[in-house]
Amino acid sequence: MLSARTATKPVELILEELEKADGLEGLQTATEALCEHYKIDHVIYHWVDSAGEQYGCGTYSDTWRHRYLELNYLRIDPVIIGCFQRFHPVDWKRLDWSSKAARAFQADAISHGVGNQGFSVPIRGPNGQFALFTVNHSCDDDAWANWTDAQRRDLILIAHYFNQKALEFEPDRTPEQSRDLSPREIDAMTLLAMGYSRAQVADTLSISEHTLRVYIERARFKLGALNTTHAVARAMSLGLIVV
Amino acid sequence: MLRYVYASDLNDFPKLARTMFRDRADQFKTRLGWDVSVDPEGYERDEYDDLNPLYVIWEEPDGSHGGSMRFLPTTGRTMVNEHFSDLISGPIKSPLIWECTRFCLTSGAGGHVAAALMLGGGEIMQNFGVEHFVGVFDARMVRMLSHDRVVARGAGQRGRGARTDQCGTLAF
Repeated sequence: MLSARTATKPVELILEELEKADGLEGLQTATEALCEHYKIDHVIYHWVDSAGEQYGCGTYSDTWRHRYLELNYLRIDPVIIGCFQRFHPVDWKRLDWSSKAARAFQADAISHGVGNQGFSVPIRGPNGQFALFTVNHSCDDDAWANWTDAQRRDLILIAHYFNQKALEFEPDRTPEQSRDLSPREIDAMTLLAMGYSRAQVADTLSISEHTLRVYIERARFKLGALNTTHAVARAMSLGLIVV
Repeated sequence: MLRYVYASDLNDFPKLARTMFRDRADQFKTRLGWDVSVDPEGYERDEYDDLNPLYVIWEEPDGSHGGSMRFLPTTGRTMVNEHFSDLISGPIKSPLIWECTRFCLTSGAGGHVAAALMLGGGEIMQNFGVEHFVGVFDARMVRMLSHDRVVARGAGQRGRGARTDQCGTLAF
């Protein structure tokens, strides 16, 4: 962690491969690639629907995964309980681990290779669908706080890209949200691609820079991108803008 | 004190919840004359309160409501996308954009209450990775917000005078 300056696969590329995935193996591959990229112990995507059905993928050991299901830890896990029906990202330290059952669960998890630090992004999908995207690691509190502070926004976006992909595999899913950019977004992305600064783009489009930032944010999410540069590249490669 | 409470946890704060929904009725129906529904108990509630939003609430020392606002992620259902899409050229959806609605102050609330709520908004941005808030404000609220140094920037507006609705972003 912390010194992520080696030649791992960039997150942009991991996301583009995830985007092309046509099965759950693609999600699994992406969790492994993210682990390697960030140099953290675990990345997990965990889906729980309103009927209590669950599935997941990630880098926890098979032993732990089986144990989690076998002992029905879903009912005890403070991460699930604390994030269910929420929409803000949560550091595990902020959760309630005070009960005897929760403490025993945590000890068991750690003995099965789960790190002591965690950060989970809850996602509320359509029709009561709920999922958690979690990064997990073993390190001290300060190192973890610094790392999650720096990565928070990327992790939130990645979490939602995982969930969008997972929703695609639902048999009776509702049609996915359109990737088409609005005319305003096309204008903004085109000008950015031409090298205009944000201030120049806002000025050219006669909108405030704040409004422009919302347009860019919205386009970034539609494009499955991590940052503005990535979004512009995606828009060009998808042929949504022509420069 | 400032509290962050999801709707599903409002039961833990019965007085706070009761007075919040009554203050909302007082502000939006009585004082601003908005077309909102108030139930027999005097609560102003709408369908978005049923989506388990996060409320940031200023609690007075006696446990009653001093001011509040309501947040929902724009990845789910929001007012801006369902009622004001004509103002924003298509839906706003991003996990880094939350909708802020029902900004409410109890009648006679001191300036510190609005200031505390602004602080709460800033905390959300800082700690929850939120980049933008979007919301719909009428002209009076824009004036009130700018008094508190919150810049409400319109992305689009309709209506005129005091009944102007602006859809835009809030910068704390």
